Amino acid sequence: MQKIKLVVAMLMLLNVAAAQPKLQVAIQLPTGFTSKVVANDLGRVRHIAVNSNGDLYMKLDRLVNGKGIYRLRDNNGDGVMEDTLAFGNYTGTGIGINNGYLYATSDQTIYRYKFDANQNIVNLDQPEIVVDGLMNKRQHASKSITFDKVGNLYVNIGAPSNVCQEQDRQKGSPGLTPCPILENAGGIWQFNTSKTNQTLSDGIRYATGMRNALGIDWNNEVNDLFVTIHGRDMLYQYFPEMYNQKRGAELPSETFYRVKKGDDCGWPYIHWDHFQNKKILNPEYGGDGKKEGAPNAISPLVGFPGHMAPNALLIYSGNQFPAKYKNGAFIAFHGSWNRTPEPQEGFYVVFVPMKNGLPTGKWEVFADGFSGMSPVTNLSAAKHRPTGLAQGEDGSLYVSDDKAGYVWKISYNK
Amino acid sequence: MRIKLAIFGLGLILLSNFSNAQTSVQGKSKQMLNGKKVYDMYCQACHQADGNGVPRLNPPLAGTVYVTGSKTRLIDIVLNGLTDPIEINGEEYNNPMAAHSFLTDQQIADVLTYIRNSFGNKAGAVSVAEVKKQRAKK
Ligand code: HEC
Repeated sequence: MQKIKLVVAMLMLLNVAAAQPKLQVAIQLPTGFTSKVVANDLGRVRHIAVNSNGDLYMKLDRLVNGKGIYRLRDNNGDGVMEDTLAFGNYTGTGIGINNGYLYATSDQTIYRYKFDANQNIVNLDQPEIVVDGLMNKRQHASKSITFDKVGNLYVNIGAPSNVCQEQDRQKGSPGLTPCPILENAGGIWQFNTSKTNQTLSDGIRYATGMRNALGIDWNNEVNDLFVTIHGRDMLYQYFPEMYNQKRGAELPSETFYRVKKGDDCGWPYIHWDHFQNKKILNPEYGGDGKKEGAPNAISPLVGFPGHMAPNALLIYSGNQFPAKYKNGAFIAFHGSWNRTPEPQEGFYVVFVPMKNGLPTGKWEVFADGFSGMSPVTNLSAAKHRPTGLAQGEDGSLYVSDDKAGYVWKISYNK
Repeated sequence: MRIKLAIFGLGLILLSNFSNAQTSVQGKSKQMLNGKKVYDMYCQACHQADGNGVPRLNPPLAGTVYVTGSKTRLIDIVLNGLTDPIEINGEEYNNPMAAHSFLTDQQIADVLTYIRNSFGNKAGAVSVAEVKKQRAKK
């Protein structure tokens, strides 16, 4: 009887909620910042880009009405982007604006569209192909992109693997040395944007030893590439004798690197451990949780708690936010799944203060509350999952969500 | 009105889940308990505690034909893993599923019985003999 009463009460609550037009979570920001939802219900909105005229471009990983790129435009300057344009019949993650072109990626191809003087695209249905045939084995196949100042494009080619075992994700299967995947994936490749119809061999393997560097941005202050990398899964599930459930949820670190040409971040041989501040040899390669490895690999600038999935990186170059934000890094954490049965973690945007390409203080949560609940015990109940970041010409920060297809615009009001 | 009806339906489903879980735990309690242990250790990380999986990466086990349908196909998935894309309720999932042939016949029977009777699923138990037979076919 009790149970029935409870259920009836729950149903009534649900009813009230259903009568509201749209369930929306309130995101939390530091004092002085405000946010506004500028797009919603577009499904899997992955990375985003904002043009100098304020147009917002979104790359979708599931077609909406047959289209994979959406542009929102505010025609009358009232702050509402009422004009929607949809094009591109492919799914994917990467998008970026560079030197008169909009670039967008599927999981194997980098396309580009030319802008005219009014910032309208001239070849909506016939994009140029910049690079084709990039590795797409489904796992870690999202192709994030960024650009330097001298006409090069950088693309993340994620490793289609957890830690390069003989049998991927198979408990007990040994790691491969050397890892053959690293020849054409597991790193960042550089391509020249003055050429079209390129393939992998036209590019340069710019940096290696990266499992999946989904967050990627060029830092114009110091003229270097910065990336965030998703660490390996399953330390606890495969090696409970070395990593208990809590440890396996916290490790390995998600990492944030400054990367120079030729650098190696150490995957698959090591993972970063932010408790020991060391490159720890992965157990598949003979590690015991303490032994160090990959002596030639570089160390990250920051090691974050495990599995939070840093899906986007943005080095802030705007002038709207207070001075401490200038040249610092915003990182969008998608939120974990591999922590189960421990509560999930992430679902927020963090900020790392930086000067001259080096952190000047501890990282902090900047925008929180996207999941709409705390703690998140069931991933499937999380309302939103931060996935993409973009900076507007006026210095506003945009955050996208690939769970419900929202985009927030975050502004600072002096 | 339609929304109210749908919510009422949802409530009924919730209620019936309660009783399903109860009867099945009583009926096959040992297998269910042992199956949950195997699930928690070897499946939960990907398919999640509520069996709803991870969007884009790992499919749900709640209400899928692979779980509640053919037992031989289901046993094969656990023994051999899956790498070819399969579509579940219109979605594809990008992770591979590793082979779990290192589990004993008993563990596989238990975990499959568990997933066939959890997360709102209700389907017949899987026996050790059925797993043994599938493994021998390899
Ligand atoms: C490493 C992550 C991972 C683990 C661990 C894992 N699975 Fe899976 N499972 C997947 C993925 C990914 C697919 C879909 C593969 C594909 O599309 O090719 C899948 C598919 C399935 C399917 C068929 C599709 C469906 O959703 O009904 C079943 C049944 C299943 N898994 C059961 C299990 C069981 C039981 C265990 C534990 C013994 C387990 N899985 C462990 C990732 C995993």
